[in-house]
Amino acid sequence: MRIRTLEIGVGLFLLAGVLALLLLSLRVSGLSVGNADTYKLYAYFDNIAGLTVRSKVTMAGVTIGKVTAIDLDRESYTGRVTLEIQQDIDILPFDSTASILTAGLLGEKYIGISVGGEEETLGDGDTIRDTQSSLVLEDLIGKFLLNSVNRE
Amino acid sequence: MRKVSPVERVRRVGEAGMSVIAAQGRATLFLFHALFGRSGLDNRFALLVRQLYSVGVLSLAIVVVSGVFIGMVLALQGYSILSSYGSEQAVGQMVALTLLRELGPVVTALLFAGRAGSALAAEIGNMKSTEQLSSLEMIGVDPLKYIIAPRLWAGFISLPLLTVIFNVVGIWGGAMVAVDWLGVYEGSFWANMQNSVSFTSDVLNGVIKSLVFAVVVTWIAVFQGYDCEPTSEGISRATTRTVVYASLAVLGLDFILTALMFGDF
Repeated sequence: MRIRTLEIGVGLFLLAGVLALLLLSLRVSGLSVGNADTYKLYAYFDNIAGLTVRSKVTMAGVTIGKVTAIDLDRESYTGRVTLEIQQDIDILPFDSTASILTAGLLGEKYIGISVGGEEETLGDGDTIRDTQSSLVLEDLIGKFLLNSVNRE
Repeated sequence: MRKVSPVERVRRVGEAGMSVIAAQGRATLFLFHALFGRSGLDNRFALLVRQLYSVGVLSLAIVVVSGVFIGMVLALQGYSILSSYGSEQAVGQMVALTLLRELGPVVTALLFAGRAGSALAAEIGNMKSTEQLSSLEMIGVDPLKYIIAPRLWAGFISLPLLTVIFNVVGIWGGAMVAVDWLGVYEGSFWANMQNSVSFTSDVLNGVIKSLVFAVVVTWIAVFQGYDCEPTSEGISRATTRTVVYASLAVLGLDFILTALMFGDF
């Protein structure tokens, strides 16, 4: 009888460990099982400053995907951002705008997509034409200073 | 104080060095003999279950309690610093990353060395000093297979599981303090955490760390017990050494592993 309770204890321990790992992967790291239900979009930005891989992509504040890769386009010298959008959001108009936004003043950067007016929608592998680059604080300060110098 | 000639001093240094290297060699041979090769025992599984109980299940209480408190303290400290920048929402991300990457594996391994490692060393040392190990050998049972191997495997299996449980409990404790007590918005607490924690580079790297610690801590504990002087003083020395060596090894290895995993070079 004693060996039985011991085995039950060990069994519960092992199950608790596996369950904990499951919780960590699903709840804490937000791992989704089977990530085949997404499609890719590309967007070219003049300046992606601060945007990182795994940043979120939102529309109307709702997260609809994430950034999966950032690289430099060798021909146009712009930053090419690869977005992975959930498959069920297949209703983005062809002339939607992607802009790099900041959560709060010092918060993380993310991509916000605002809806366009076309009937045609973006599909896998399409490029978002209309983009707005990241707001770089140093540039703004520079412009502001230049303005105040010119005025004098 | 008797005068010691310079040559004698050099001889002593050499002797100390050789005994360290010899102990390393014994420990390595001991590990390989215990883990590999034919065992010939048919109740291996029952032996392992018994050890899993005494090494893993009985360490659960201390691990869970420390996990809750460490998670709660992290959330409190993080909140008081982050709220001065107006970014309390990042507290979830801070608690999760700290626990998964560093505190979870390291603190669990230290607790494990104190709770289970010392017990293993004392138990095996006692078996040796009461000549149970040589009696086993006398009746044709290999003590390395019968006594040592199940304890080693039990340690290897238990510590990673304990670490994962520690992490979950710690994050839960942190969430309790941050969300229920300090009033951080629950949605952004979890969303920030999920956005910043990656499964492979944070969760899996933490598990890999704890696997390495499991091997090192259990190995040190079992070997110190097996290699101790068969007197009551020897047992006490082996137990102390287990905790000290294991803790130092864990902290040192943690730096190396962190540099390899997160060092970016």
